[in-house]
Amino acid sequence: MDTQPKIETKNVNFFYGAKQALRNINVVCADRRVTAIIGPSGCGKSTFIRTLNRMNDVIAGARTEGEILLDGVNINSPAVDVVELRKNVGMVFQKPNPFPKSIFDNVAYGLRINNGRNRAKLAETVEKSLIEAALWEEVKDRLSENAFALSGGQQQRLCIARALAVDPEVILFDEPCSAIDPIATAKIEDLIMKMKKNYTVVIVTHNMQQAARVSDFTAFMMLGDLIEFDKTEKIFTNPANKLTEDYITGRFG
Amino acid sequence: MKKKKVIQFIGFLLLRVCLYTVLAILLLFLYDIGKKGGGAISWEFISQPPRRGMTEGGIFPAIMGTFMVTIVTAVLAIPLGMFAAIYLNEYAKQSRLTRLIRLSIRNLSGVPSIVYGLFGVILFVNILKFGTSILSAGLTLGLLTLPWTITASEEALKTIPNSYREGSLALGATKWQSIRTNVLPYAIPGMLTGTVLGLARAAGETAPILFTGAAFYLPFLPKSLSDQFMALPYHLYIMATQHHAIQQVRPLAYGTALVLIVLVLGLNMTAVVIRYRLRRKRRW
Repeated sequence: MDTQPKIETKNVNFFYGAKQALRNINVVCADRRVTAIIGPSGCGKSTFIRTLNRMNDVIAGARTEGEILLDGVNINSPAVDVVELRKNVGMVFQKPNPFPKSIFDNVAYGLRINNGRNRAKLAETVEKSLIEAALWEEVKDRLSENAFALSGGQQQRLCIARALAVDPEVILFDEPCSAIDPIATAKIEDLIMKMKKNYTVVIVTHNMQQAARVSDFTAFMMLGDLIEFDKTEKIFTNPANKLTEDYITGRFG
Repeated sequence: MKKKKVIQFIGFLLLRVCLYTVLAILLLFLYDIGKKGGGAISWEFISQPPRRGMTEGGIFPAIMGTFMVTIVTAVLAIPLGMFAAIYLNEYAKQSRLTRLIRLSIRNLSGVPSIVYGLFGVILFVNILKFGTSILSAGLTLGLLTLPWTITASEEALKTIPNSYREGSLALGATKWQSIRTNVLPYAIPGMLTGTVLGLARAAGETAPILFTGAAFYLPFLPKSLSDQFMALPYHLYIMATQHHAIQQVRPLAYGTALVLIVLVLGLNMTAVVIRYRLRRKRRW
């Protein structure tokens, strides 16, 4: 399959104060494909995905080195506006984090803070995003209800809809299914596979089957190092590195 | 097996006795003031100024004075306290300096109120030349309330999960947008609760207004912020300790105490109601 690079990281190092959490990470996330990041707990996979929309900026003492290119532009350069970057690179978090507002207001949140005040346009985008997140049928009659009334899986799809509403090109998923049940997980996996038609997806997961099911490329990380990065098929059938093989066959992790 | 249960029983019993003791003292206190002051309460008592050297009449000027001075206190303490808390909790880097600032604020809430009173005389009455007035007294009480307001507001902000802040930042909100639209709306009831409790405490203070604006006796209501005023706590202090006919005015003193307690209780109830409504609404 022919792919264009959407995000390219070049020798990315990341530090929490004096502690180095990422070492020389070189990964290419292909345009309109799903890239999975797997690895044992504490390997830096969440830290890595959070460098892609500069969410680590909010952590005191955090420092990123190296280049992270989005469409060829280094996102850490002073010319890049972090607010614009995050509109372009959306994120879905580990634990569903709906805001204590109505379902409608949750999805409309990103538009409203960007001065989207046109009611008809808002309603249209909210509907479109909820349809895209496969939640519309379940909530269309109760958009004014509090988002906390939804189940965990529905909340996570709401968060996906909320991210889609600001029309990003890339969506980052940070272990999106670790706090929800298997049926809800299956729905979100379906969704991710459909989303790659229009979006570049990067997903961190501790669930190897999930990585194998949904992704086109897989990066295996350990203790801050990138051990292996290749097509998912290759990683799961014929890994080049012994550590990768040990991990995916469940010998540790 | 049996011994363990006996120990548990004794433990619970002790805890229960402590609670009932505290409650009993409080109720006895309220009962005593209610009984001795209840007789003084009448429409005249709360709507008329004192007469005949404060041996007759009511406490209307004192109620109004306390009311007005509390408003000045609120105008200073609410915005200043809330904004300081927002800065400390949301913007300031966690450094040795901010830790020192926090420690100082906590310590300020333990400074005796008479010290605030003297500070108020120097700063507001003398240096800023506000004179002994509602303004000086209200600002002094505002300073006294600030540490409480800041601390309570910061606690309220801390209860808002970080995932709300990150969630909105990830959607392209600026930091201020994230705070304004996705933190403050949920924190403000909690901030108000703490602030109202602080105001209730200020309304009952005597020492800070003693030198900054409270008057012994005024037949008229203050007309502007630069006038002196009568205040309930100070009036009570005078009626209980300084009056020329202490025995004779004792019922009036108890009546004043009752009105003051009801006022402070009313403010505290407001805080409780705000908090109750907040708890019912929030679900995180």
